Amino acid sequence: MQPSRTAFYAGLRDQAPIILGMIPFGMIAGAAPVASGMDPWLALAMNVIIFAGAAQLATVSLMAQHVPLPVVVLTAMVVNLRFVMYSAALAPYFAKFSTPRKWLFSYLVTDHGFALLTAKYKADAAPELIAGYYSGLTFPMWVAWQSCAVLGILVGTRVPPSWSLDFTIPLVFLALVLPSLTTRAHWWAAGAASMVAIFTQSMPLKLGLVTAAAVGVVVGTLLDSLFEKQKANRGTTK
Amino acid sequence: MTINNDWVTVLTILACGVATLLLRASFVIWHSKLSVPHWFTRSLKFVAAAVLPALVMPEVLFRGIPPGDVVNYYRIIAAVLALLVAWRTRHLFATLVVGMIALWLLQWLRPF
Repeated sequence: MQPSRTAFYAGLRDQAPIILGMIPFGMIAGAAPVASGMDPWLALAMNVIIFAGAAQLATVSLMAQHVPLPVVVLTAMVVNLRFVMYSAALAPYFAKFSTPRKWLFSYLVTDHGFALLTAKYKADAAPELIAGYYSGLTFPMWVAWQSCAVLGILVGTRVPPSWSLDFTIPLVFLALVLPSLTTRAHWWAAGAASMVAIFTQSMPLKLGLVTAAAVGVVVGTLLDSLFEKQKANRGTTK
Repeated sequence: MTINNDWVTVLTILACGVATLLLRASFVIWHSKLSVPHWFTRSLKFVAAAVLPALVMPEVLFRGIPPGDVVNYYRIIAAVLALLVAWRTRHLFATLVVGMIALWLLQWLRPF
């Protein structure tokens, strides 16, 4: 068998368990927008166009609050800033590919796709292995993401508003944020952002969210370097 | 509040899609012209920890407030329960189930 095909099948195998875990999140990405009144076809189009779950839910939440377009886009970008880091790490992996393929592979970047590819291969691996493995990972993930959304849309259009399906949005975010709170500085960042978000609720243009996120990031970054210095000092005085 | 199915919504979705694609493509396409400053890498570690709670707060506290109340108590209780489950299990599905069932029970029983 061709090496690229073997790599493709290895990718298929490695992403299979992840797709199973993705089902509830994928369904909510489809159900939340229609539960908030979005046209089902538009919801499906959004799922294809953005193809990033957390950003989609943030976008839905803000559009339901009639937040102006620039603030929605700014928020989606902040939620997706991590893709810049992935892109920087993946650039040497994709360096030998044609420009159209670079764009396609960039569009398909996900947290799991990135993590699995960089864990399996070094950047100097043969391009056909990288392409094969990455396709095996990301093509089925894309299909699964869209299929889950279709299921979610079907559910979301049939469930009455009194079921409060929109509440799944903050629940997903709660489940996503906890694993990211790995240090004291992270907890302080989350706490600061939460407080600011509450007290800036009435800020014009719903800029409270961006303000809260910015304050949280600054608090986290400053405390991170402070704790690091304290640790270094304790090390030298011992 | 509901989403309007108008051209503003279509345009917002397109803009978010283009922005997301550009972030994903940034270094893959323009790696020779871009560089990441150190402070950016450092702050990026805290983006998820700051943005997600900032998104959660208004959704939990201020959505669907019953007339006469300042915050939505049912959603706060359900969210706290879900947070406990998320903290103990680190499991998305369990968090969803507990949070939604708690909210449904509260909305159905209306204990206060």
